[in-house]
Amino acid sequence: MADHSDHGAADAHAAPHGEEHHPTWKTYRWIALILTAITAAEVWIYYIPSFVKSRAFVPVLLTLSAIKFAIVVAFYMHLKYDSKLFRVLFTGPLAIAVLTIISLMFLFGHLAIHS
Amino acid sequence: MATAAIAHDDTHAAGGHPPTTTGLDHKKIAMWAFIGSECMLFASLISTYLIYKGRSLVGPYPHEAWVSPTGQHFNAILNIPVTSMSTFVLLMSSLFMVLAHSAVVRGDRKYSRFWLAMTALAGATFLGFQAFEFTSFVHEGLTIRTNLFGSSFFTLTGFHGAHVTAGVIWLVTLLFIDMKRGLRPDEALNVDLCALYWHFVDVVWIAIFTLIYLIK
Repeated sequence: MADHSDHGAADAHAAPHGEEHHPTWKTYRWIALILTAITAAEVWIYYIPSFVKSRAFVPVLLTLSAIKFAIVVAFYMHLKYDSKLFRVLFTGPLAIAVLTIISLMFLFGHLAIHS
Repeated sequence: MATAAIAHDDTHAAGGHPPTTTGLDHKKIAMWAFIGSECMLFASLISTYLIYKGRSLVGPYPHEAWVSPTGQHFNAILNIPVTSMSTFVLLMSSLFMVLAHSAVVRGDRKYSRFWLAMTALAGATFLGFQAFEFTSFVHEGLTIRTNLFGSSFFTLTGFHGAHVTAGVIWLVTLLFIDMKRGLRPDEALNVDLCALYWHFVDVVWIAIFTLIYLIK
C-alpha cells in the first residue's frame, strides 16, 4: 500500500502559493503513529486512579490534546507550509475562541486565581 | 512595475486559479475564514458544556454513578472504550484524506477513488459509533431534556456529528465525480478544500474527546 503514496504525498498540497516544503508520505505516516500514540496515552492515563486524583491530570490531558491539535493543523492542514494569511485567518479566531472559553470559566467560577 | 505584474500573473497561472490581489485562491481564503468562524461556534458550545459541568441536579452523570430518589441505579454514562475507538477511526480518516488528495494531485484515479472511499467510510463509521452512543444513552435514561449535562452534551456532540455528516456527503460527492469522469490534478484544490474541512472536524473532536470524555 505504500508505494502508490510515496511519491505523491510530497506533492499533496503543492504549489499554488509558491511554498517549497511539504510533508512526505513518511512524515504523514509518522504523524498518524504519533497521534495514535498520544490518544492511547490519554486513555491510559484516564484509567490510572492515582493519577486521575493528582493535580497533574487535567494539565497533562490538556497538553496532550493541544499537541495533537497543533500537529493536525500544522501538518495535515499544512498550515505550517502555507500562506501567512491562512495562519492569521485561523489563529486569530482560535485565539478569540480560547480566550472566550477561559474568560467564561473564570466568570462562572470554574477557574480561580488563588493569591 | 509591469514586470512585477506579469510575474504576479504567472504565479496565479501556476496556482490554477484566476488572478487575485493576494495571489491566493479565493475559495481557499473563504474556507479558512469559514474554519475560523467555526472555531468560535464550537468554542461557544464547549463553553456552555463546561459552564454547566457538575451543575446537573439529577443524573445520569458522565463519570459518576447515581441513585434516583425512587431507588433506581444509574451507572456513569460515558463509554470511554467505545469513544476511544471512534476517536481512532476519525484520526485515521485524516490520514486517508491526505492520501486521497495526494492521489488526485498526481492524477492516480485508482487510488484517489480508494482513499476517498476509505475516508468517507471512516467518517460513516464514526457516525455509526455516535448513533450507538446516543441510542445507548437514551436507553440508559439520558436524553437532551433530562438534565444540564444531557442538554449541553447532546447539543455539542450533535453539532459535531452534523459537521461530520456534511463532510461525509462532501466526500461521497467527490467520490461520485471521480468515478464518473475523474478528478483532474488541476481540480485538486476542490479536494484540498474538502480536506481542510475534514481535518478541522477532526481537530474539533480532539478537543471534545479530552474536555468532555476524559477530564472528570
